[in-house]
Amino acid sequence: MMGGEITLGHYLALSGVLFLLGLAGVVLRRSLLIVMMSLELLLNAANLALVAVGRFQGLPDPQVAVFFVITVAAAEAALGLAILVAIFRIKKTTDADQMATLRF
Amino acid sequence: MEPFFFWILAGGLLLSALAVVALRNPVTNAVCLVAALVFQAALFITLEAPFLAAVQVIVYAGAVMVLFLFVIMLLDVRVEAHGKVPWVKVGGVVLISGLALAHLPRLAAVFPFSSQVLHWGQGKISGSAQDLGHLLFSSYAPLFLATGVLLLVATVGVVVLCRRDSHL
Repeated sequence: MMGGEITLGHYLALSGVLFLLGLAGVVLRRSLLIVMMSLELLLNAANLALVAVGRFQGLPDPQVAVFFVITVAAAEAALGLAILVAIFRIKKTTDADQMATLRF
Repeated sequence: MEPFFFWILAGGLLLSALAVVALRNPVTNAVCLVAALVFQAALFITLEAPFLAAVQVIVYAGAVMVLFLFVIMLLDVRVEAHGKVPWVKVGGVVLISGLALAHLPRLAAVFPFSSQVLHWGQGKISGSAQDLGHLLFSSYAPLFLATGVLLLVATVGVVVLCRRDSHL
């Protein structure tokens, strides 16, 4: 497999493993900052799969979709970090386990 | 040469992603995430998507990561203390990962096009700024405008959230 040609399957497998890593980060880590970074990894795994399929199938549209995903991810990061800062002002922590109640 | 580049970039991407998930100092995590995003941009180039590679570096590795680093400094987060290991969650993640990895070859058999080989330079689409821009401003123009509204709403939302005297 190491010396063989690179197929679409290689890119999809890489995307899948990257997604699993990001998923592990989201589920296992307690610091909300790391959880948000893992979310970026998840989005990147999806982006990689989209671009790979688009290229091997000869479609330009997935690249446009990835462009929008990057835009939405930027907005998501800005809003998520703002919420994180607002919570940190009240709770003085970024530990997700400390935020088990709906009211402060 | 193509397999060589792919394996180098894939290995770098997975290693830096693993570092993001596993390490405990938030600044190190952020720097590793920048590395992962740059590796991904290089993979976009091997997929003949140069414009997306540039956007990935400028927007993701540039703007978004600077935002992350600013917040890390603003919150003055220390190295995360070792807590109790959530064995149930670890077991769940290992189970899901094992199942997914075990079924990857079967998925490859279900999608016959996954064994397709396309050498660099043979792709039918260019992925240049010109071609993507043409698509963005013709068939995807409404979505493009909606994205502008989304960014405006996000900006207003962030300003409201971060006001010190807000009643949130």
